[in-house]
Amino acid sequence: MAGSSIMETLFQRTLDDIIKGLRLQLIGESAFISKAMEEIRREIKSTDPHTKSTALQKLTYFNSVHGLDMSWAAFHVVEVIGSSRFAHKKIGYLAASQSFHDGTDVMLLITNQLRKDLTSTNEFEVSLALECLSRIATLDLARDLTPEIFTLLSSSKNLVRKKAIGVILRVFGVYPDAVRVCFKRLVENLESPDPQMVSATVGVFCELASKDPGSYLPLAPEFYKILVDSKNNWILIKVMKIFAKLVQLEPRLAKRVVEPICEHMARTGAKSLMFECVRTIVTSLAEYESAVKHAVVKIRELLIDDDPNLKYLGLQALSIVASKHLWAVLENKEVVIKSLSDADPNIKLESLRLVMAMVSDSNVSEISRVLVNYALKSDPEFCNEILGSILSTCGRNFYEKIIDFDWYVSLLGEMSRIPHCQKGEEVENQFIDIGMRVKDVRPELVRVARDLLIDPALLGNPFLNRILSAAAWVSGEYVEFSKNPFELMEALLQPRTSLLPPSIRAVYIHSAFKVLIFCLHSYFFQRKTIASSSLSSNDLAQGVSDSVSVRESPKGSGSATCEAPANELDGGFNPRIPSQLSKDIPTGNGDEMIVTHGQTSSFASLEKNSFTEDSISNLLNLIEMALGPLSVSHEIELQERARNILGFIELIKQEIPGSLDQGEGNFEREQLKASEVINVMRDAFSKELGPVSISAQERVPVPDGLMLNENLCDLEKICGDVQLPSTSSFSLGTPHSKEKIGVSLLNLQSKEESEPSTESTSLLAEHRKRHGLYYLSSEKNEISSTDYPPANEMKLQDDLHDDAEDLVKLTEQSLVPKKKPNHAKPRPVVVRLDEGDEVSIVAKKPDSKDDLLSGAVRDVLFGNEAIPTSSQRNPSDKSSSKRKGKEKVNIDLPSELKENLGDEEKPDLGNPSSRRSKHRTHGKERRHRSPGKNDEEREENVQKEKQKSSHRHGRHKARQRADGPLNVVAQAAVIPDFLL
Amino acid sequence: MIHFVLLISRQGKVRLTKWYSPYSQKERTKVIRELSGVILTRGPKLCNFVEWRGYKVVYKRYASLYFCMCIDQEDNELEILEIIHHFVEILDRYFGSVCELDLIFNFHKAYYILDELLIAGELQESSKKTVARLIAAQDSLVETAKEQANSISNIIAQATK
Repeated sequence: MAGSSIMETLFQRTLDDIIKGLRLQLIGESAFISKAMEEIRREIKSTDPHTKSTALQKLTYFNSVHGLDMSWAAFHVVEVIGSSRFAHKKIGYLAASQSFHDGTDVMLLITNQLRKDLTSTNEFEVSLALECLSRIATLDLARDLTPEIFTLLSSSKNLVRKKAIGVILRVFGVYPDAVRVCFKRLVENLESPDPQMVSATVGVFCELASKDPGSYLPLAPEFYKILVDSKNNWILIKVMKIFAKLVQLEPRLAKRVVEPICEHMARTGAKSLMFECVRTIVTSLAEYESAVKHAVVKIRELLIDDDPNLKYLGLQALSIVASKHLWAVLENKEVVIKSLSDADPNIKLESLRLVMAMVSDSNVSEISRVLVNYALKSDPEFCNEILGSILSTCGRNFYEKIIDFDWYVSLLGEMSRIPHCQKGEEVENQFIDIGMRVKDVRPELVRVARDLLIDPALLGNPFLNRILSAAAWVSGEYVEFSKNPFELMEALLQPRTSLLPPSIRAVYIHSAFKVLIFCLHSYFFQRKTIASSSLSSNDLAQGVSDSVSVRESPKGSGSATCEAPANELDGGFNPRIPSQLSKDIPTGNGDEMIVTHGQTSSFASLEKNSFTEDSISNLLNLIEMALGPLSVSHEIELQERARNILGFIELIKQEIPGSLDQGEGNFEREQLKASEVINVMRDAFSKELGPVSISAQERVPVPDGLMLNENLCDLEKICGDVQLPSTSSFSLGTPHSKEKIGVSLLNLQSKEESEPSTESTSLLAEHRKRHGLYYLSSEKNEISSTDYPPANEMKLQDDLHDDAEDLVKLTEQSLVPKKKPNHAKPRPVVVRLDEGDEVSIVAKKPDSKDDLLSGAVRDVLFGNEAIPTSSQRNPSDKSSSKRKGKEKVNIDLPSELKENLGDEEKPDLGNPSSRRSKHRTHGKERRHRSPGKNDEEREENVQKEKQKSSHRHGRHKARQRADGPLNVVAQAAVIPDFLL
Repeated sequence: MIHFVLLISRQGKVRLTKWYSPYSQKERTKVIRELSGVILTRGPKLCNFVEWRGYKVVYKRYASLYFCMCIDQEDNELEILEIIHHFVEILDRYFGSVCELDLIFNFHKAYYILDELLIAGELQESSKKTVARLIAAQDSLVETAKEQANSISNIIAQATK
């Protein structure tokens, strides 16, 4: 045994050998490493501390440089740390700080060793232990070692004191109660004559304040002193960061610090400090005009500097200014625009952000034009960045920057034609969204969609698929605005559509269906009007527009069984709707066309767009030809839709050829059947689809017995990352698994929110029954047939709560006569659902640990002396006088404390005032009595959040928001005493 | 605060890693792979900052080595650049015109120097002289320990144990 140990010691490969060997190895790196690891595993078990530590050192090397696991050696690490030799200890501590984490189970074993080293007389051993602790401290370690750290905080050895200060950050983080013990000493270090000490302390406070600035407001005088007196740039930068946070809470503080910060900015030669001054001013002191002006001058210096770093930072600072002082950006417009073509992608991005910040409703078209042209020339990645930022800027807050929607829609069309465009999804969403929200733009939208659809070249580009699907949907949904439905049909059925993925082809086919219904309806309507020649041309126009107005006002639609109450009210307010509408509508393109036909029926056959027998039967033939092959498609979506149309055509065809040959007398009777069918279909399609609120899905109550989570978990496994409802899932799913698929669709629905399902026909009823939920979002009246009760109730809830405003908007809409498109354009109405569309901002809760920490800090700072710690010594004169100040403050403190500390338990107690006092005296002890208590509190927290989310009324939210400022005000009343 | 420090060679080989925030071994490997992909591909005359997962990574190239530090969004990039430079200067002073090989063979010493410079992701010592003095003192402590361990008497003592 002893012999082998000696051999090991003498012939063990050192770290140097390993590294050399690794560089010269001939057997391959991984083979060499695994061989070396074998050695290490053997050597590390050795009883000789030297062999052991060398093995550990090699292991640490492999771990940190080659990423090999070393958790298995945790116990050996502990052993090496326990070695009496400094060299070994050092290796052990390095290994520990590299590899230990909260889950390491031997952590408990090193507490005593750490304590021993922390109290060692050798300052280097102490510093090793501190360094390690700063990395690995857990709650237990921190709690057990706090007394030692407390002692070290006032150590006479600078090396040790400095590190102890550094460790405090981590200790406070995991064990907030340490604040009660150590905070005073930490603060004392702020006034240390040694700049290193101050630097370390300020670093700690900077980190602490970034999480919860409010608690450190009382220290403002100390920080202010440092800000004014210190000459050390490292310290100044950190102090400024602290002030950047503090002045946001305390406006009066800003007045005091703005001057010294400006001084530093003007005086310093260090760019880092100068930039920090600039940033502090633009983020937190933006209301001080002169300071901002100085800062902008400095920013300009940065911008025109050759150093790309400074340029980048300058742009960044500028983008911070932009929100409050746009003039600063405009002043530097040229530099910003020039930076768009910088070599550095980061700089390009930053300047793009700035350019987008300059966008306003007056220059949006100009800037977008410039950018789109620029995108054409730039590399694909940046091109997409540009397109993305245009889309998001223009789409923000319901297109608030857009006035001329016709322009914007054609811009969207243009963007989709840029070769590198990969923003299909966003363009798709906006296409459909605009279609649903902005009525006035629909004719232009259909025109743009047609242009996209008709171009066979676009079909080959997979990135455009989503856009094309939107275009197809738009052209089907709003076909009545189309100049030439036949052309549209050809575009939808062109052979190259076979290049599209099935899910999008399905949209194409369905749109073709809509177009077909429209054509047939127009045709029959026209026939009817010709037949009844007694009608005057005036009445005719009236008739046509009435039929079209079905779309505009559901009132006229016989089949719309479940009308939105909003619309009914609407009618109540304005009984003249139908007639008014009929006056307005004929301006639409489609109607005009039809009207013309009615009046000049004799020339109808000469016109291209006319709905003659020939054109209709051509249309039918075209569809049959194009869709015939699809009726045996493997893709069930395609097959079903194709068959629906073909079946429908079968039905109609029986009627139409007859009508071609029959005389006038029979015509009407024969026609009647067909046109009735068509009317029913048309009614089905004519119900307008509206935007769906984001939270609509949430408002659907979960039916009893539906284990939503479980099912979804299962599905994740199955579906993986399928985005669109893949057809395979349909073909695999038997009717038995209906529920499951339904849920998967429910899940997918949320992603597809903006692509509302376009169906609602009796023919598709079967399909609907099978995949019920797929239709949930758009069709409100049909849903009642499925298992899930959502749509109607949703609507009801909407109305009950706060759809009032929506209502008002709707009435306004119908009251205001539509303007002619070529008037000086007013901004068209953009429909928005007030409650639903608002992005739900979940109030961010600081996690409980931070709460505890800040609570503890406040306690100490606000002089809560009720809980003296045994280890606390008598404070020096200075600090006692300081405390007097704090005591004074204490008088008007409670209100504030309640705000901050009582927060957690507020909802479930009736009498806040009694609770407050209790909380203040016992709250703290209760907290650290047991970790179990902690858990309880966290649970409470969770519960509270649940409550919050289950009924979030606008009012509720508003009240919460109001709490914030209140809080600040309370503090504002407290702090100034120190500074004045 | 500084979340981690990475030293990566131009070929993508890792020379030193120091993690001040908790990352599992898996995450560490992923982070290194991701960042070296981003940073090594950047041209020489571009800025030294990269935005990454909501953090900022400040890097600077010295000869064949990239020194990278990951910081919070609101931290001062220029300050970090100065810290990196500071670190390099100390290494330079310690090794005597440092090169990549020095760091490869003395990887643990690079760690000890870094530990004197930073603690818990914060700068703890801005004086080069002090760091040099501390490192030298510790080295001498280690040396004496080593001499003891390698002395004949020690070996004999072990053999006859």
